[in-house]
Amino acid sequence: MGGTAEVTEDANVITESKAVVLPGVGSFEAGMRGLKLKNLVGAIKEFAASNRPMLGICLGAQLMLSRGNEFGVFDGLDIVKGEVVRFPPLENKEKIPQIGWNSVYKSGLPWEGSIFDSVPDYFNAYFVHSYVLVPDSRENIFGTTEYGGYEFCSAFKSGNVYGCQFHPEKSGHVGLEIIKNFLKLV
Amino acid sequence: MKNIRIIPRLDIKGPNVVKPVQTEALKIVGNPADLAGFYYSQGADELLYMDIVASLYERNLDFDLLKSVAENIFIPLTVGGGIRTIHDVNNALRAGADKVAINTHAVRNPKFITEAAREFGSQSVVLSIEAKKQADGTWEAYTDGGREHSGVNAVEWAKKGIEFGAGEILLTSVDQDGTRKGYDLELIKKITVFADIPVIVYGGAGSLESVLGVIREGGADAVSAASIFHYRDFSIADVKNHLRANGINVRI
Repeated sequence: MGGTAEVTEDANVITESKAVVLPGVGSFEAGMRGLKLKNLVGAIKEFAASNRPMLGICLGAQLMLSRGNEFGVFDGLDIVKGEVVRFPPLENKEKIPQIGWNSVYKSGLPWEGSIFDSVPDYFNAYFVHSYVLVPDSRENIFGTTEYGGYEFCSAFKSGNVYGCQFHPEKSGHVGLEIIKNFLKLV
Repeated sequence: MKNIRIIPRLDIKGPNVVKPVQTEALKIVGNPADLAGFYYSQGADELLYMDIVASLYERNLDFDLLKSVAENIFIPLTVGGGIRTIHDVNNALRAGADKVAINTHAVRNPKFITEAAREFGSQSVVLSIEAKKQADGTWEAYTDGGREHSGVNAVEWAKKGIEFGAGEILLTSVDQDGTRKGYDLELIKKITVFADIPVIVYGGAGSLESVLGVIREGGADAVSAASIFHYRDFSIADVKNHLRANGINVRI
């Protein structure tokens, strides 16, 4: 893809990086616990505050909000104001977690020059999640998706800091485009 | 309604993709990396990659081969065959799997499902059930690639598997596999009626109608097939277009 990536648990590496991807699968509490254990919370928040490109994916995106509500209430990284809440009961008895492909729609913020640059106005992406992003401000909502009659934020943006509920790395060609666009931000 | 996933299945033996017919006759149908790449480019929603002798021969699947296959596809990959320990799960995920399918070892030790789910998340753990109809009208769960008796009732096992923490069920009809004569709807309905996790069905896809039926009447959340794709009876687009024309949502 034209970039070199390093997998790290070292706060110094994060501080010196040009871009950071925060992936994650698992529970909110476990994710935050892991970050605290490795002393990464400060470095990640500082990186985001510097407005260098950052991309949270799935649980990574969820951790970037203020609070998570899985198995209790837990503080997140508070990089973007908002909550992480469980799907409510859904229409058509749709199952939770959502596992599969769904459409991400533009929701008011322009996509030009962003990680969704040149991506069609709606695209299919792969989701695996039981909890959803609920940013406080509509100004951070960058992409929306509907599942079981429930519309939710599937991508947020705050300057160069992005979060995707879906997995771009598992979303075929359009996912690769998104990753390429992220690298272009560096 | 959500999009139903279409998942081609690659049965792996040694370096080849093969197609067994009811676990007896074997035909080589292609090269794993090539076939995976082909189905990816043809619009597959996910891929299933199952080493069909690892369990029987009491060895692991070839993680290097898996890596070479996973490298060039960017859709979810579920991998199974001889997954017996957390270490095996870890190796599979590192080699490029997004989910692992477990059968034999889970039947012998159901707590393995819970351990794997705890370690890697339940969304990474697919319980693979190979069900064979018995004379008394019930289905038995077979192990070792659908070859060995376990004495376990398949439907009851599905219930248990969900309780133990599986993220999805991969339900195979051993009787219908390779026949292209249709899915075992009776079996499938018995499980989809209570399963609150997604059920991926496999075994028997023949006509386009059979695929539509297993979704509409069977309640399948995802459909896996091998023969109809490997033998080019239908393309993935043929299947998706037929479903769409009949009111089933699919990713186009």
